[in-house]
Formats: sequence, C-alpha cells, structure tokens
Amino acid sequence: MANLVVKNTNLFTKLVKHINGCTKRLSSHFIYFPDNEKPVEGETSKMNMMQAINNAMDITLKTDPTAVVFGEDVGFGGVFRCALGLQEKYGKDRVFNTPLCEQGIAGFGIGLATAGATAIAEIQFADYIFPAFDQLVNEAAKARYRSGGQFACGALTVRAPSGAVGHGGLYHSQSPEGMFAHAAGLRVVVPRGPIAAKGLLLSCIREKDPCIFLEPKILYRSAAEDVPTGDYTLPLGKAQVLRTGDAATLVGWGTQVHVLLEVARMADEKLGVKCDVIDLQSILPWDEETVCNSVKKTGRCLVAHEAPLTAGFGAEIAATIQEECFLHLEAPVRRAAGWDAPFPHVFEPFYLPDKWRCYEALTELVNY
Amino acid sequence: MALRTSAQLFRLQALRQGTRLLSTQNIPNVAQNGGKVAEFPGVKAPYVTEMKFLNETSYDPIPIYRVMDNNGGIVDSREEPNLDKETLLYMYKTMIQLSQMDKILYESQRQGRISFYMTNYGEEGIHVGCAAALTPKDMIFAQYREVGVLLYRGMTITELINQCYGNDEDPGRGRQMPVHYGSAQHNIVTISSPLATQMPQAVGAAYALKRRPDNDSCVICFFGEGAASEGDAHAAFNFAATLECPVILLCRNNGYAISTPTNEQYRGDGIAARGPAMGLQTIRVDGTDALAMYNAVSKARRMTIDTNKPVLIEAMSYRVGHHSTSDDSSAYRSLEEIHKWTKDDSPITKFKRYIEHKGLWDEETDKTWTKECRNLVVRTMQEAEKKKKPHWKEMLEDVYYDMPPRIQNQMKQMENHLKKYGEHYPLDQHKSE
Repeated sequence: MANLVVKNTNLFTKLVKHINGCTKRLSSHFIYFPDNEKPVEGETSKMNMMQAINNAMDITLKTDPTAVVFGEDVGFGGVFRCALGLQEKYGKDRVFNTPLCEQGIAGFGIGLATAGATAIAEIQFADYIFPAFDQLVNEAAKARYRSGGQFACGALTVRAPSGAVGHGGLYHSQSPEGMFAHAAGLRVVVPRGPIAAKGLLLSCIREKDPCIFLEPKILYRSAAEDVPTGDYTLPLGKAQVLRTGDAATLVGWGTQVHVLLEVARMADEKLGVKCDVIDLQSILPWDEETVCNSVKKTGRCLVAHEAPLTAGFGAEIAATIQEECFLHLEAPVRRAAGWDAPFPHVFEPFYLPDKWRCYEALTELVNY
Repeated sequence: MALRTSAQLFRLQALRQGTRLLSTQNIPNVAQNGGKVAEFPGVKAPYVTEMKFLNETSYDPIPIYRVMDNNGGIVDSREEPNLDKETLLYMYKTMIQLSQMDKILYESQRQGRISFYMTNYGEEGIHVGCAAALTPKDMIFAQYREVGVLLYRGMTITELINQCYGNDEDPGRGRQMPVHYGSAQHNIVTISSPLATQMPQAVGAAYALKRRPDNDSCVICFFGEGAASEGDAHAAFNFAATLECPVILLCRNNGYAISTPTNEQYRGDGIAARGPAMGLQTIRVDGTDALAMYNAVSKARRMTIDTNKPVLIEAMSYRVGHHSTSDDSSAYRSLEEIHKWTKDDSPITKFKRYIEHKGLWDEETDKTWTKECRNLVVRTMQEAEKKKKPHWKEMLEDVYYDMPPRIQNQMKQMENHLKKYGEHYPLDQHKSE
C-alpha cells in the first residue's frame, strides 16, 4: 500500500513535469533580455510589465484630476491585473467597469477627451478592438483634422493586450498594429518591457494625439526590470538601437525584439558577425531616420513581426528602405513574420517567426 | 415576525404596483415562490406559472406629447410655456432664416456652385424648441440635420456658408463636405459623416461634465431614427444609463432614412420604447410643435443635470425635403404624402399662427423678414464665393498636433511637384504663401 502511494506520487510528479515541459515549450519562444540602462536617475523598484503599467496609471490618476480609467472588468483590477488597487485608491468614478461593448468604450473615451478629460480606455484583448475600429479610425484619428483643430481627442489612450501568449488561438493572440498603421492621426505604440512600457504609456497619456498602446501580454509577468519609481516619459515616434554591429539591421517591436536580440547573439556566436538590433517602439508615426541610417551602415535588413506577412507593417518598412537606401543595399530586405493564416492554437510553435526562422533569414541575408 | 411578513407584503405590493406602471397592458402578476421575488442577480422579478411571450403589442404605444394643435392653438393651457416675446420671435425668425438658407443653398447646389447640401424642411420646430431650452454651456453633438440649433446658438449665416464653400474663413479649413459644421466657440462639436458615432461620444462628454465641480450643464446628442439602428446607438443608451451621465439623447424620427421607411428600420414602438428597456427617462414628443419640444427639453435638462439620469426624447416629424442633394425622394414616396405634411403639419406655419394669435406677428412683417433672410443668404453666398480656399499646405496640417517628419517630407514632395507641374492644379483658387 505504502509502495503504491509512492508509485502514484512518482507518477504524479512525472505528469506535472511533463505538463510543465509542454507549457514551457509552448509559451517561451524567446529569452527575455532586460533593459540595463535607466532612462532617468533615482530610485528604482523591481517591477514586471503589469506592475509598470499599473504604476504609470497610478501616477496619472494622482497628478491629473480629470483622468479616468475604464473598460471591461477594470474595476476589480482587470483580467491581467494592470489596474489592481486603483479603484480602491481613486474611487469608483475614476476607475470603473463599462458595459461589455468595445465600440462604446472607444466612443465614450473619445467623448471624455473631447470634453477635456484624460481618458485611459482598456480593450480586454487587442483581438476585440475591431468593433471599435470605426470609432478609432473614422473618429479619433480624424477629429483634429476635420474640425480644423477646433476639437481633438488627444487625451485618449486605448490600451490593449496583444501578441502571442503560447496558447491564445485565434482571438487571444493577434497583433493588429498594421491595421491601425494605415490611419493617419493615430499613434500606435508597442513596448518591449517594463521600463519602456511605463515611459511610453505616460507619453501616450500626455501626448496631444489619440494613442493605441499595444501591450505584449506574454511579458506582463515574465518580464521584470528595475523600473524607476518616479515620473518619466520616453519619446514617441522614436526607435531605440539596442545592440550595434555592421553585418545587418534587425528591426522588430514588442516580444519580437527579444527574439531578435537572441538571433543577434546567435549570429555573433555561430557566424562571427555583429548586427544592429532596433526596437521600433512607435509603429505610427515611425522612426524612418533611425532605421534608414542603420541600413545605410549595414547594407542588409531583416524585419520581423508576429502579425501576418501580407500588408504587415514590415511591408511599409521594407518599401521605405528600398526607396531610401537603394544604393546601400547588399541584399533584398527580408521579412520574417507570421504566416498568412489566422493565428492557430496547437500550431503556434510553427506559426511564429521564432529565432530559428529569423536566424535562417539572417544567414541568407549575410550570404547573399 | 409579523412585522417582517407585513414588510414583505408591503414590498410585494410596491412591486406589483411597479410592474403595472411599467406595462400599460396586463402582464400576469401572480407572484409565486412564497411571495418572494426570484433571486437571480440579473433581474428583480416575480415568478409566474402562466406562460406568456411579450411582443410589440403587449404594451400600448408611447403617446406623443403636444402643446399646440395644427392651428397654433394651445390644447391645455397649463402646458403653455412661459416664453417672453423676444424668445418667441427669435425662435420663429430662426426657423424662417433656416428655411430660406436651405432653399437658396439647395438651389445653388443644383447650379453646381457648392458640391453637396442637406435641407432641414419639416424639422425646424425640433431645432428651435430644443435650442431655446438649452444654455450655451450645454455641449451639442449633432448628426447633420440640426442647423436650426446651430443658428439659434449663434452661428452666423456667414460661418455656415463659408463651411459649405470650404473657403479660407471656414474654421474646418475646407476639409469636410458641406453641412459638416462645428464651432468650439459655440460648444458645437464638429459633425462627421459616420452615423451614430457621436452618440457614445456624447455620453463620454457628459461623464466628463458630471465630474466637474458644481456642474450645471449637460450634453445633448441628436440622431435620426435610422442612425438608432447602429450598434453605437445601443452602446450609447446602455453606457448613459449604467454610468449615470447627464445627457439628452434626442432622436429625430422623420419617417425615412434616405429611402428606407421606418417599417424596414424597426418593428417595435419606434425609438422611444427602447428607452425604458435600457433604463432611460423617456418621452415622445410632437416634433412639429416647437413649444412641446421646448417643454420636454427644458424638463429633461433640469432632470438630467440634477439626477445624472440620462433622458431619451423621440421627436416625431416628417422629412419634407429630399434626403440630400444626391437623392430624389419621389423615387420611393408619393407627392401627396409630402404635400400633406407641408400643408397641415408644418412646424413653421403652426408656430406662426401661435405668435399671430398673440399679436406678435403679422403677414406684412412675415414678408419683410422672409425677404431680409433671403437677401442675407444671397449676399453672403456671393461674398463666400469670392473668397479663396485655404493654402494647399493645410491639407497636411492638423493630422497630428505636431507634424511628423514623414508628413513634412510629403509636404516637401508636393511643393516640389507643384513647382514643376503647378499649372495643372487649381492653385489660383487657393491662397498662396
């Protein structure tokens, strides 16, 4: 009997190990490279990305009395806990649940901003932002332009968790930044980690243009850094060069930046070449200057994103590089992206432009 | 124990009373479950054993509130609003000014002088009735057929016509189609073409007003009965109620959405019936009766500011004109039908008779004022036509608060292009540096 119990326990342990193994394989297609440089001096605190975002909203609610945070299930802290504790701290009229209706959330936020309030709206998953597409593209993006600057909703920031998460399937994995990149008047921003998330979110909230802030949800808990506790912002419309080299330029944003950082390390180890790695950060308007300067130096470029290839934002970058850096290019611009299929459930490891697909593309670029 | 039972009985009685008030016809009110209300979190309702489905005929239609009859006579003297002479005359004069502007701008579109126009015929009463009941602090979100409200608020004929021409004096900088007015100075949010998008926005703006200390203003949001079919209308009703916003949602039900009659738009009791279902204070009003509109909006304004409970008003009217200059409505409705509404139920005629009965107006004054309005429009149009359009560079301004480098480059590209190929563009119609 005792033997049996031990046997069963062993079996159970094996099972747990096996499941853990599967989960690990499924949910970590990247190694997290924390930011080592601090954007500002002063006190820091270990935060994951969820906490850094919470901290940015906390600072906003503290310093801006008109600011409100709202969306589905935001009241109790949000399904990803980004608004944790804010309702208790600032009251139900400032941090609140809305009915389950994305077009309503976006429209309501535009109205708040039009009347002079700071509106931080949450769409529960970026996959569910499409019912609000009309409000964001036809209304928010065009409000300043169509009124000749008389009205604007620049005080609106829409936050939405996006990107692959290991097992999100079709509607908990999408990266819709390319869809919004075609809407002049919007700002679209994707952070790569806690320090960037806090600085960029505070910029989005204070920026005089409506912003869509896409948070790679796989990083909420897995990414941790020493984040400055004070108030700081990072510039919008600016890319960041994270690693330098002369063999090729690797461009990405969000989680994909970490994939590219690992690819650069692999290239260094296996091929003996060094690459520029650029985090684009702002998708719209994007930092053409930083990217083109790098490509003029390296002569080769790989753009990688999780969203599907066709008409993905990589296409815009590739076309611009071709136009601006034609005489410097030693090889065609390569794109490693999600395939032109809906984001699948069990096939996720084959779908994502992981380090091996990026590495292969890079070797082809270098050997061209 | 006895006390508790009687308290329960009292509650049950109150509930029955409430149910009866909600339904104007009989819903079986046999409470079961030991007289207790069911404990589902979603609703507070009693159980019944009689199976009965409800439909649009389970309730009497919501009645239409009116103050005046077709001859401008007051039906119930207790309902006559106490409006002074100046206000009454300003209301009437605004209606005439609006209809004269409509007439001339409609014609000018036919002559190709402006690209597009939409008239307000038949709905003038809604406009001035609402506008007279509001204060300049109240924020306006319009659909596009509410020019009377804008005029009453103080937007000038010159401002409106400049917008239609998209000339250099248009505050919208010639970027939008005609009739897409807006004025920050007058608290009128710029109109956009996508229908019903302004509705949840108005609710959000009302929430912002509510949070201001000592708020004494509300938001009014206009929309047609066709727009009420959009998802954004549903969002607005629900958000307004659950988030308790000081907003008046005002539906102009004029019978048509372009060619689509209301029986192809909805099958319930109009738009008003949706109000109580979503927790809105609701009333249906005769939109051809400017006094009834005034009363309803005055009361709604006070109520919504004091309680933060949103109000839905359905103003019944008839779209006398074509939908727009791109539409010929005789393709889908009869001339007799239109004629009936211009003859018996014209909001202008009704109001004119009312102020005539009061001795404030006569035929002679009417002719003079109509002529004056007409001349003002014609003169303003001639002036607007002579004005240059904004510099072409304004095409790329205001997209963002600061112009991003890529747009700066595009402006430079166009500038160089015009240096070489300028003669192929209407540069002479636009301002130069």
